[in-house]
Amino acid sequence: MADKPIEGEKRVFMTGNEAVAWAALAADADIMYGYPITPQNEIMHYWTRLAPRYEKRFLQTEDEISAGFTTCGGVLSGKRAFTATAGPGNVLMQEAMSMAEMLRIPTVLVVQQRGGPSTATVIYSQQETTLTCFGGNGEGMRIVYSTSSHQDLFDYTIKAFNIAWKYRFPTFVLGDGYQAKMRESLYIYDPEGKGMAMEKTMPFLGQEGMPGVDREPAHLRNTYNTEEELYAVISKYVEEYNKLTPEVVEYQAEDTDDAEIILLAHGIVARAALAATRTLRSKGVKAGYFRPITLRPFPAEQLRQIARTAQKFVVAESAQGQLLKLVQEAIYGETVPLETYLKPGQGITGEELVDFIDSMINGKIKGKLNSKINGKGGF
Amino acid sequence: MTVVPNMPKAWRKESKPHKFCPGCGHGLVLKALGEAIDELGIQDRVVFGCDIGCSLLAWDFFNVDTVQTHHGRTTPVMTGVKRARPDRICIAYMGDGGGYAIGSQHLVNAASRNEKITVILVNNCNYAMTGGQMAPTTLPDMKTETTPYGRNVEETGYPTQGPEMVAAITGEDAYTARGTVANLRQLKNYLKKALQNQMEERGFSFVEALSGCPTNWSTNAKDTWKFLEEMMTRFFKVGEVKTPGKELGSEGKGIAREEAGKEPAKEQVEGIAREEKKGEE
Repeated sequence: MADKPIEGEKRVFMTGNEAVAWAALAADADIMYGYPITPQNEIMHYWTRLAPRYEKRFLQTEDEISAGFTTCGGVLSGKRAFTATAGPGNVLMQEAMSMAEMLRIPTVLVVQQRGGPSTATVIYSQQETTLTCFGGNGEGMRIVYSTSSHQDLFDYTIKAFNIAWKYRFPTFVLGDGYQAKMRESLYIYDPEGKGMAMEKTMPFLGQEGMPGVDREPAHLRNTYNTEEELYAVISKYVEEYNKLTPEVVEYQAEDTDDAEIILLAHGIVARAALAATRTLRSKGVKAGYFRPITLRPFPAEQLRQIARTAQKFVVAESAQGQLLKLVQEAIYGETVPLETYLKPGQGITGEELVDFIDSMINGKIKGKLNSKINGKGGF
Repeated sequence: MTVVPNMPKAWRKESKPHKFCPGCGHGLVLKALGEAIDELGIQDRVVFGCDIGCSLLAWDFFNVDTVQTHHGRTTPVMTGVKRARPDRICIAYMGDGGGYAIGSQHLVNAASRNEKITVILVNNCNYAMTGGQMAPTTLPDMKTETTPYGRNVEETGYPTQGPEMVAAITGEDAYTARGTVANLRQLKNYLKKALQNQMEERGFSFVEALSGCPTNWSTNAKDTWKFLEEMMTRFFKVGEVKTPGKELGSEGKGIAREEAGKEPAKEQVEGIAREEKKGEE
């Protein structure tokens, strides 16, 4: 066995896809199953170059359906197995993720969102939010981390393996084409060196001993005969999912305590929202920032608290209201008005958001703000 | 005196009698498989995957680790297990719809990649679990729920020749055969060879088993066997299609390959089908 892929901690400048491959290595992932689709390809490219040095494996499958199901097979064997995809590949992958939900298979799937629907662009979007959170013919019982930087990609890829194996729900790292292809500075590290123990894995199939003699055989099924039988199983899953929610939810907030306008965004758009919030503050506007890191489960309680004091929520996303739906569900019953800045399939800058808020304050667009906000031009 | 039926050791007695319809061939295929597992002594190494369709009813059939997957997806799940745990003996068990229709891309590509897994496909000429629709293996002019006037080969083609297709796209070390529940000893022999091929890490192994479906064929016992033995074998030739170049276990070598050369070509199979059609007109 070669030395550890990363000794201690290193400052590096690399693409997000490369960061994911390094994170999977650092997390001691055993095998990747994958199928080419832009913009996630370089995760496979780096993995296939790095993995053999550390006795790790790769299989290129015939399609994303197969990549998803072989990943399920690898995880069922007790290995830290993962895959990565985007766009139409994410659509195909949902079939296997639905089985992972039902059989509680701790799969890890990295999604680098591209434009949609259909083939659309290979570049960027946030249009796979609903799909990644709720894909499949089920209840969306999965854990979805929306990353906004390369450091996030590295940190949350490692975390995804741990959270998946701890709670046994399929876990997703939701990035995008910008994060996948851009180069950025980040720290890569050996998690053990930071005192982070990797969650232990175990085989669900192929344990030692004679089944029926030394131990019970594993009989895993996703098919049920009666409504009552299925209801009992799903109810137990729902209970377990609700129980893990307060332990798993993550969010980032800044200047929300006295904020009148809250900028709400996830993923890379959150960076624009944070930049805009800081600019607006410097101009005397009481702006605040909220970013859900986990989209499933959603930090609903935390957001509801803010909704009680803020005067306006502005939801910004590179999709036509997919985050918006999550926000609306989370704060249902609160009366804070919602304004939206939606650009499906297109990036959003901090400057745009500042201009947008400026227009709002000056009453140039509908949804005039409360007159208490003093925003007379100037920027 | 009570006669206790001889159950394979690998069978799970608690789940017997099994869940298949009376007269269904699955029980026989799984008996042959159980005996093959016993005789090879691999019960503690087998990982068994079953598909959607009637094959899913095998999810608690054996005292072996089992996962029931999605329609057509057992091949990739077993591929995933095998790639992660090469020391396991992985068996993907499915029907003709699962293997030749919805999961055909997985069968083709697992075969092309020479995955070291064993695929067992039960061919009963129809989608049985969903109520008897046309399958890729439905015989010409055969009536099903979606071909109520008989399968029109002009519109829907001829029955899929699975083992022949797999043989054509696999390398030297693959094993492919077609057995039948009408000859259980032979079927078991094929299954053993298919498993040995995996155990010896040679390559992909594939066995199609011709099987009866009295429920959807609407046949009594006599007619079920007649259809299985007389009608199905006109389109699906029973025998080994490909055996690895080198001797496999203690079984014969090379003979099957020669026999495979004598298999009727696709044109001949089509010829039989066309003749049948003509005769009935």
